[in-house]
Amino acid sequence: MSLWGRITGWIVLLFGLGYFLLPLLGLTEFSLKARRGVYSFDAYAKIIGDPEFQATFAYSITMALVTIVFGVLLVVPTAYWVRLKMPWARPYVEFITLLPLVIPAIVIVFGYIRLYNTSSFLPLTGSIMGTNLLLAFGYTTLALPYMYRAVDTGMRTIDVATLTEASQSLGAGWVTILGRVILPNVVPAVLSGAFLTFAIVIGEFTLAALLNRPAFGPYLARIGANKPYEPFALSVIAFGITWACMGLIQLANRFSKHTKAAQ
Amino acid sequence: MSFLDISHLEKSFGSNRVVKDFNLAVEKGEFISLLGPSGCGKTTVLRMVAGFESPSTGVIRIGGVDVVGTRPNQRNIGMVFQAYALFPNMTVAQNVGFGLKIKGAGRDEITARVAEMLKLIGLPDKGAAYPFQLSGGQQQRVALARALAPKPQVLLLDEPLSALDAKVRVSLRTEIRAIQRELGITTIFVTHDQEEALSISDRIVVMNGGIADQVGTPFEIYNRPTTRFVAQFVGQLNTFSAEVLDGPAGRVSVAGVPVTLPVAVAGARVDLAARPEAVRLGRGAGDDVVLPATVREVHFLGSVIRITAEIAGGRVALDTFNRPDAPPPVIGAAVELSLAARDLIPLAG
Repeated sequence: MSLWGRITGWIVLLFGLGYFLLPLLGLTEFSLKARRGVYSFDAYAKIIGDPEFQATFAYSITMALVTIVFGVLLVVPTAYWVRLKMPWARPYVEFITLLPLVIPAIVIVFGYIRLYNTSSFLPLTGSIMGTNLLLAFGYTTLALPYMYRAVDTGMRTIDVATLTEASQSLGAGWVTILGRVILPNVVPAVLSGAFLTFAIVIGEFTLAALLNRPAFGPYLARIGANKPYEPFALSVIAFGITWACMGLIQLANRFSKHTKAAQ
Repeated sequence: MSFLDISHLEKSFGSNRVVKDFNLAVEKGEFISLLGPSGCGKTTVLRMVAGFESPSTGVIRIGGVDVVGTRPNQRNIGMVFQAYALFPNMTVAQNVGFGLKIKGAGRDEITARVAEMLKLIGLPDKGAAYPFQLSGGQQQRVALARALAPKPQVLLLDEPLSALDAKVRVSLRTEIRAIQRELGITTIFVTHDQEEALSISDRIVVMNGGIADQVGTPFEIYNRPTTRFVAQFVGQLNTFSAEVLDGPAGRVSVAGVPVTLPVAVAGARVDLAARPEAVRLGRGAGDDVVLPATVREVHFLGSVIRITAEIAGGRVALDTFNRPDAPPPVIGAAVELSLAARDLIPLAG
């Protein structure tokens, strides 16, 4: 590459880094200015000590874990079956899993409320547990594009058909094959999908707010409207969680001790 | 009744009939090879025996029981795949013990059987290794041990040596045969490599276009091919178009030389075949067909020298052993080739 080419590359890289990092630096710096004249973690301490923060954060973490379980139970068998028995259906399944990206969450939640309200055939919104279940289903739908792609990519790295036939010839049934052979070999991919799901659920506002559940997203919005410094501290915390998830995805991908054999 | 009995087996994928009226009777402990080119239906037959494909029609009986309709995981059949198919997330010992675990065997039984199997395949100290830490040959041996551990009724080998390099292939095929003999397990081996099939099989089924062209011992398949396809697919072959002089008496004319075959022939012309090692340079004792020829190619292969010579109406390849005191003929030299009429194979089909 020529000298000018290299210089141009560096300029573009620095511009990109500045574009993304400067607002974050500004945000972080402002969140540290709760005490007049000095930098402090006062805003962070206030947020972390807030019982509502603790309750909403714990709720969202629980919902994220439930959503991950739903997602894995839905996506792993689906991706497996499509790869094994219905390769012709792959474009259709991919299209369906992409729909949550083009259908706004508000449409999904109004659909839910209309279908599952207290006077419907299945009144899920009539109880807390039912609404929580509905919220978990909604989150699963929102995370579907990421979870499906992550798992499908993982499936691509192993010879699903031959591993299945080898397991069958040794006497294994479908549940054993899926649980003991396929799933353990796509764990890094499943974890990638799980961490993405976690990041989505932690910051999600629309579904939780309209289903009136005490999640972290609506709390974030409420604090943002009423306090000066705490919303910025919260944003930094939420951003940190997202990046921690991304880091964990990288770790999960490197952690696999049998990567070579899966090729 | 044979231990494994396949009768009138057919398989179609849409309008494409890939297996046509396939029949085979395999005795207990026999090693059978399905040999044929790609697309001849050999793997489809194997997969139907394993239960991974359902026959369109036909019956597969193992130990007198019709297994068509039985799920693959309930057939008690061991299978080794070309791509090893070891479970990457499990150690070698866990792979070998997988089938026993599924069967509900106890921990002590599994440990003992795994140790026995690993000793059998010559990898007694690799139990804790993961598949990716093994070479291709070692992985395939583990796959064999895994297939044998649950004591299957039938062992199916689907081109298990194809992914290995030539040297490992030769040593592993010998090992496979030795293990099969030791355990006395009925085995079907799918390959497109004639040398592999000839070297380790009790019998070979040569398949062509979905049908079994010929079933026989390696000696019969090589020396007495019954169809043109078998003759040409297995080993090197010289073919001669001969004029029939007296069909019932087996008298024909090869390159203008009258020859009496040991069998009667029909029609005005007949195609005859001879293996390169059946043709001799010069006049061999007892050879009753002598053909004048001109040497066109000489390939020195070490212990063997392959010579291609031109006769009236065609070319003939012959193999001679290298002898330090007899250098090969030079290209263009006029020579005589001879062979025994009994070594000429009339080709049908």
